[in-house]
Amino acid sequence: MIEITQLYKKFGKLTVLDGLDLTIDKGGVFAVLGPNGSGKTTLIKCLLGMVIPNKGEVKYHDKSVLKQWKYRNNLNYLPQIANFPANLSVIELIKMVKNLRPKTANENELIEKFDLQPFLKKKLGNLSGGTKQKVNIVLTFMFNSDLIILDEPTTGLDPIALIYLKDLIKKERDNGKTILITTHIMSVVEELANEIVFLLDGKIYFKGSVTTLKAQTKQENLEHAIAQLISKQYQPNHA
Amino acid sequence: MLKILKYSIYDLLRSRWSYVYFIFYLILGFVLLFLNNDINKAIITLLNIIIVLTPLIGTIFGVMYYYNSKEFTELLLAQPIKRSTIFMGQYLGVSISLTLSLVLGIGIPFVLYGLFKSAAIFDFGLLLVVGAFLNFIFVALAYNIALANENKIKGFGYAILVWLLLAVVYDGVFMILAIKFQEYPLDKFALISMMLNPIDLSRTLILLKLDISALLGYTGAVFKEFFGTSLGLFISLFVLFTWVLIPAWLINRKAGRKDF
Repeated sequence: MIEITQLYKKFGKLTVLDGLDLTIDKGGVFAVLGPNGSGKTTLIKCLLGMVIPNKGEVKYHDKSVLKQWKYRNNLNYLPQIANFPANLSVIELIKMVKNLRPKTANENELIEKFDLQPFLKKKLGNLSGGTKQKVNIVLTFMFNSDLIILDEPTTGLDPIALIYLKDLIKKERDNGKTILITTHIMSVVEELANEIVFLLDGKIYFKGSVTTLKAQTKQENLEHAIAQLISKQYQPNHA
Repeated sequence: MLKILKYSIYDLLRSRWSYVYFIFYLILGFVLLFLNNDINKAIITLLNIIIVLTPLIGTIFGVMYYYNSKEFTELLLAQPIKRSTIFMGQYLGVSISLTLSLVLGIGIPFVLYGLFKSAAIFDFGLLLVVGAFLNFIFVALAYNIALANENKIKGFGYAILVWLLLAVVYDGVFMILAIKFQEYPLDKFALISMMLNPIDLSRTLILLKLDISALLGYTGAVFKEFFGTSLGLFISLFVLFTWVLIPAWLINRKAGRKDF
């Protein structure tokens, strides 16, 4: 469903994506992992068209997404930091996003699930980080799209909200959706991910299931397996 | 684009600053009419204020709005909306709401004073058109600067610098050159350098319409010959229009290549 070939992106002198190739098939949860600054967000933003790659091709449903915009109607994105216009209220923001997308939305169910009713008329600038993240989740999951991209969705959530979020992701996965998720919380990965995509030095360093990764690194525990992959970055002459 | 435009205007209307700006012009209009007790004289005073102030306010508002709505822009960028639509919608939103403040703020006192019965209605209309052009031009310049600078302080600094260059320094340099080369025929040079600066162009355009060009000496006569005709007026408005189009096109180009 997603096909990325020879993707290059530099920010000034810093090379973030260095000839990255990645194919993602339809259906399932794909965990995009990697050390800090390995280009996870940049990769996602290239797919969204927010970052413009220097070179390479990004295809979604066999069509190039570069300089296109209509394809975004068929994907939902949860940004890493929930930066919302501070002077809008929650309900105004939800209405606005609904108004901008020619699609039906089921926001009420989600508002109820995350207990956002009391905050609907509050200004976004006055909300706590966790509540903002819940609004972020509602905005992302209220539309029905083939692809859902979640950039650090667990930030600031309390344990109950985290359980609800995991349920939501599982539900969407069982509906045949493709979900890309970046996170540093390994329990989430272990519980949800069908496949792991590991980024290092702007390339895909590993792609496969959790079991394959454990076998390859000879580690029992996923956290240690990932740590071993990351530790290669700290050694000279790696890869 | 209309949706983005609507949200931008709505956003600005809630921000209180558009009202402050509107009320400022309202008070200014009343005070000038009260002090001058004559529409023509009030227009001249107003001209001097509009020529300097609208570019300044446009510049500051443009930069401020861009930085303030960054979160909103990022939210929009992930939606199925074309990039150029987002940025043009925001640009037009800021420019239109500033122009509304100007037209209503100054228009109301003049209409109440009896503008429609006076012969100055055309001059006054031209003043508002020029003011609107200056808004659109300087908001576009400010947006370009803000897009090119991630750092707010730098962005503000450069924007104010551009205003300062066009509103003050340009005239100073022009004066020095005119004095240095006073033995040469300078009318063509003067005409062209007026055309290249939207603030000077606007000022000249209105001054000459107001029949006080005699004060400007020989060059004034040449100018009168040029700007006084409908062709001159047409060319001047065309130049002002180009001053809007080029920066607006640059906004599109810059925004299309930027990473968010």
